Amino acid sequence: MSAPVLETRDLTIRFGGHVAVDGVSCAFHSGTLTAIVGPNGAGKTTYFNIMSGQLPASSGSVLLDGEDITRVGVSGRAQLGIGRAFQITNLFPHLTVHENVRLAVQAKSGHAANLWTRWSSHTAWIERAEHYLEEVNLAGQRNALAASLSHGGKRRLEVAIMMALEPHVFMFDEPTAGMSVDEVPVILDLIHRLKGHGDKTILLVEHKMDVVRSLADRIVVLHNGRLVADGDPAAVIASPAVQEAYLGRPAGKAAAHG
Amino acid sequence: MLGAILSGDFPRSRVLTVVLLAIFVGLAITPFAIPGAAAINTAAKICYFIVLVVSYDLLLGYTGIVSFAHAMFFGIGGYGVGLSLYALGPTWPVILLGLAIGLVVAIVLALLIGLLSLRVKAIFFAMITLAVASAFAILATQFNEFTGGEDGRSFRVPEMLRPGYRLFDGEVFGTAITGRLLTYYLVFVSAVLLFLVALRIVNSPFGRVLQAIRENPMRAEALGYRVVYYRTMANCLAAAMAVCAGAMSALWLRYTGPDTTLSFAIMLDILLMVVIGGMGTMYGAVVGATLFIVAQNYLQRLMGIAAAATEGIPILPKLLHPDRWLLFLGVLFVLSVYFFPTGIIGKLRGSNKA
Ligand SMILES: Nc1ncnc2c1ncn2[C@@H]1O[C@H](COP(=O)(O)OP(=O)(O)OP(=O)(O)O)[C@@H](O)[C@H]1O
Ligand SMILES: [Mg+2]
Repeated sequence: MSAPVLETRDLTIRFGGHVAVDGVSCAFHSGTLTAIVGPNGAGKTTYFNIMSGQLPASSGSVLLDGEDITRVGVSGRAQLGIGRAFQITNLFPHLTVHENVRLAVQAKSGHAANLWTRWSSHTAWIERAEHYLEEVNLAGQRNALAASLSHGGKRRLEVAIMMALEPHVFMFDEPTAGMSVDEVPVILDLIHRLKGHGDKTILLVEHKMDVVRSLADRIVVLHNGRLVADGDPAAVIASPAVQEAYLGRPAGKAAAHG
Repeated sequence: MLGAILSGDFPRSRVLTVVLLAIFVGLAITPFAIPGAAAINTAAKICYFIVLVVSYDLLLGYTGIVSFAHAMFFGIGGYGVGLSLYALGPTWPVILLGLAIGLVVAIVLALLIGLLSLRVKAIFFAMITLAVASAFAILATQFNEFTGGEDGRSFRVPEMLRPGYRLFDGEVFGTAITGRLLTYYLVFVSAVLLFLVALRIVNSPFGRVLQAIRENPMRAEALGYRVVYYRTMANCLAAAMAVCAGAMSALWLRYTGPDTTLSFAIMLDILLMVVIGGMGTMYGAVVGATLFIVAQNYLQRLMGIAAAATEGIPILPKLLHPDRWLLFLGVLFVLSVYFFPTGIIGKLRGSNKA
């Protein structure tokens, strides 16, 4: 197998006495979609936060293409190609839908800090933003304020922003949570197409097992901050660790979660 | 053409366009249209306050930074030019030197404040700027023999800018072309140019990032924007523009002192002007500054008349005494924030859409 794109070694974070992520070592390869599952509070989002830089690791390290990036800040990691779509929608509320995505395109451009040209003269950025809005079915609302979108619309915008960054590593944190039934396929299709490129490293936190089953090449299970299972989807789902991790989890909870 | 000058950022409201044109034309013709020193003084003050308020809006309205050090930067510009003219004599190179000194001092200070404190929470940043500005004001008054202390410094300006100077004999539209008039137009043209520069900056890719940071600094960082860098740049740019405003005021007043530039009262005025006009729009800053200064000058006079008219009635004359103008302005302010939470511009643009 090729060298991993993203890797964590013995990654740990403590909040006071509580160990939210506990010695997780895991490597993610290009061309692979890894689903990360586990009950509420398992540490999935926290694990993401340490990898994309929002939270500092208490110990252990994060590597990107073999380089240690544990000390690199959030913006630095984004520039290195780590893209993140957040579980709790994280937009620019009083800017337009289009502007939200255009800012992501601009961030990638290398002329982001240009003081003297007009933003509107960079038509390529505007068109690329338009493209990603179409991908998530939001082109019709391009001039609406992000804050005015429905919950599902905000979730789709959240995904479009990450897509527009054109990262190497895509981190989806429950992208379809709280979406209406007709919105879910839009996102799943998009992830499917992304997978089709064959060279992307995709991490997906997802509660819905049918989604996981249809998309994942590999499943990693977190439970109480620890990695308890890792491997082929069918095998992992059948494993005792997963059965135990999800035991007692109310049946409707996964779908209602958001 | 106009699109290029305004950086593609149009007023987007017919009423607002008319108001802005009225302000522009009004300021352009005041010296010829309205005789007397009062009108031209008010107009000049509007000009340099527009620059000051526009630059503050770059921080507050666009980037979401609350700073109380803006009057300090204004003062650095005023003192830079004023003290240079006082110490080195009234020549043009000295004005440029004073401006350059002011710019260097202000940018270094803005950089230090920015790097030291823009990482902390907004409230701490505001506190730090307040502390630095207070310390600076105290320093400026303590170094008596250098700055003139509480009294400030009066100084002479180059020959061409003095009241006694005549560009040529005779008059234009019944007005002599004096050095005063030339100074006014120097201030006016500088204000127009600096306003257009600010408009350019907020409509650049850089300016768009500032808005993103105001909206959600964490997400901006997650897109790869180094928020500290952008905030520090905004801080330095705003400081540099405030220095220019200070230099303009020094040339116009031929005086610099703590009360006209450094004081907390000025800082409050700037804040009120930005909020009244509407935060986050350059045009709002223009309208806010103009309205406020006109009110400041004419509300007081109006109140003087009202106080005289109500002579003999118990409390009223006391309430209407010109010194109470700020009380009335306060009431106006509360009302305007209540009825136009997005400022006058937000109101005008909103009603335009409907
Ligand atoms: N900043 C923080 N400070 C203190 N505790 C935190 C912090 N962030 C997360 N935690 C705790 O860490 C644990 C893991 O939370 P996390 O959000 O990572 O779970 P999750 O697996 O994403 O759950 P969910 O499925 O509900 O999204 C929880 O107990 C949470 O309360
Ligand atoms: Mg989570």
